Amino acid sequence: MSSPTPTSSFLPQPDLSGRSLSARRAFADRAATAGIALCVLVAAFPLALVVWQVVERGGSAMSPSFLIDDIPRNYRNAGPGMGPAVLGTLLLTGMAALISIPIGVLGAVYLNEYGKNGPLARFIRTMADVMTGVPSIMMGLFVYVAWVLVVGEKNGFGGALSLACLMLPIVIRSTEEMLRLVPDELRQASAALGARKWRTTMTVVLPTASSGITSGALLAIARAAGETAPIIVTVGLTFAANPDLFSGGNTTLAAQIYRNATQPFAAAQERAWGAALALIGIVFLFTILSRVISARFAIDRR
Amino acid sequence: MRAGGVFGRSTTETGVTILTATASSRAPDDLDLGGDSRARATDRGFRGLVTFAGLTVLIVLGLILITTTLRALPAVREEGVIGFVAGTRWAPNDDVFGTFVMLHGTLVTSLIGMVIAVPVSIGIALFVAEVAHRRARKYIVTVIDLLATVPSVVFGLVGVLVVVPAITPAYQWFADSVASVPGLNAVFGTANTGRNYFTAGLVLAVMIIPIITSISREVFATVPEADKQAAYALGATRWEMIKGAMLPHSFGGLVGASMLGLGRAMGETIAVALVVGGSFHISANLFAPGNTMAAAIAQQWGESSGLHTDALVGIGVILFAITVLINFLARWVVRRAEIQMKGARS
Repeated sequence: MSSPTPTSSFLPQPDLSGRSLSARRAFADRAATAGIALCVLVAAFPLALVVWQVVERGGSAMSPSFLIDDIPRNYRNAGPGMGPAVLGTLLLTGMAALISIPIGVLGAVYLNEYGKNGPLARFIRTMADVMTGVPSIMMGLFVYVAWVLVVGEKNGFGGALSLACLMLPIVIRSTEEMLRLVPDELRQASAALGARKWRTTMTVVLPTASSGITSGALLAIARAAGETAPIIVTVGLTFAANPDLFSGGNTTLAAQIYRNATQPFAAAQERAWGAALALIGIVFLFTILSRVISARFAIDRR
Repeated sequence: MRAGGVFGRSTTETGVTILTATASSRAPDDLDLGGDSRARATDRGFRGLVTFAGLTVLIVLGLILITTTLRALPAVREEGVIGFVAGTRWAPNDDVFGTFVMLHGTLVTSLIGMVIAVPVSIGIALFVAEVAHRRARKYIVTVIDLLATVPSVVFGLVGVLVVVPAITPAYQWFADSVASVPGLNAVFGTANTGRNYFTAGLVLAVMIIPIITSISREVFATVPEADKQAAYALGATRWEMIKGAMLPHSFGGLVGASMLGLGRAMGETIAVALVVGGSFHISANLFAPGNTMAAAIAQQWGESSGLHTDALVGIGVILFAITVLINFLARWVVRRAEIQMKGARS
């Protein structure tokens, strides 16, 4: 295995160096190592292809006016315009975060501080894991039936609701992991000072875990921002920026990529690439931010 | 995964003070701290609030199941449950809703994805665990994590505008070269378009590699160091050590990881909708256009109304049931494997 050891030719010692391996075994080992290394390249290739294509093709479409101007109503028309989609992405994701993060964090507080290993908490934990695996389009169909059909209109809030459904289990599970890392001594010290449990939770436990919670929430936001399926089911469409989430259609970058990608017109495809660059920019930004926060301010894991 | 729970609750073993022991044996909220009734009410209110927040998960899941099932009923009634699931004719204009075509497409594309992604993911996990240097390890993990953050629609965009035009001649070449081999020529037939089952499978493979890899890595991390060293001491090469010590030990966990990937692949919508083609014919030919359950919902949603919409919701319900079932099974398999592995370690 390791470097060959000098063996005395006088003593009949077995040769334990790699050279004494039979050719077949040595070959099998080399081939397997090469195969395993190849797997890494197989996975790195699509990432490189995606980044290269999006940066190259999207870069030529990108400009300040691309991020601000309205979307041309005709697919054939060349020129910029993804402003409504940029605004829609930010608004919808922001609203989804406003809904899902408080509920998710409080739910995690229940799991870690109150429910612990009780049957209800264990059941909720399992179901949250299952909910992470529910296809995103199902959240769209659910919101369509339970919200769009009720208010009678496809609007931005429906999209935000479906994104919130997607984010909820991710926020709960990541927050709970972080609450676990808060040392029990802190809770006990707070209790010894006479603080009630809600006060201990709000002023000691949550602030201690805040960086980890933030980082998990940012990851959930990054994932929601790139979601398409629930959006195309629930939010309708707009060509001009619509800041009102509760009336009129809306649109997001992801939905626009989907609409424009299948158009045979070069102008539409170019806008799709530009939107893809903007979307990847937003998603990577949140991911990197989440990494930086979790690396900088992590609880000492002892 | 649950190892974090060990932290605080065993602090009493250090036995610093009696106070610590009391505090951890009785939850602080059970202690009667006196105080006025308002403070006590706040505590109770907070408890109620967080419990409700925890219950939202169950409420939302329950609502998803109930509301969508009710909505889908009219379309399902049109065909009968069996006709809806097993019927092979999908003709919304004639109110004929047999969804088997899409179930078939979902299974075929996810299986292609699995056949590619499972070995590759296990290979990456092995590379990170046993072959890579410490510094390279960090970069590889970052690359895989980045792969997981790319939105599915971007994979679809690159798939349909870059991969499809480039790969179609390769499909045709392959189809031509196996044209005279019985069996193979049915599976790899004419490729009139690059938007087909196989391309969808390729894209799915890329999308599920991150999740299978990350769980496989966790599984490999549980292989006892002693097992590996023992294999090396017996003169095993690295590959023989992997075959003899790591893979048998991790088999259950790897099965669970693959199943989680399968669940992800079956529910994937947008990327598949862009590259699968959108045909409603069952074909053994992997190079023929097809459709999957999730992709069909996305493609037809805009132009559907009435019963057609209900039927699409119904497809969603079936998909929901299948993915939830697979997720349950996968987590059960992983947990069972975890217990076995822990048993082996002690």
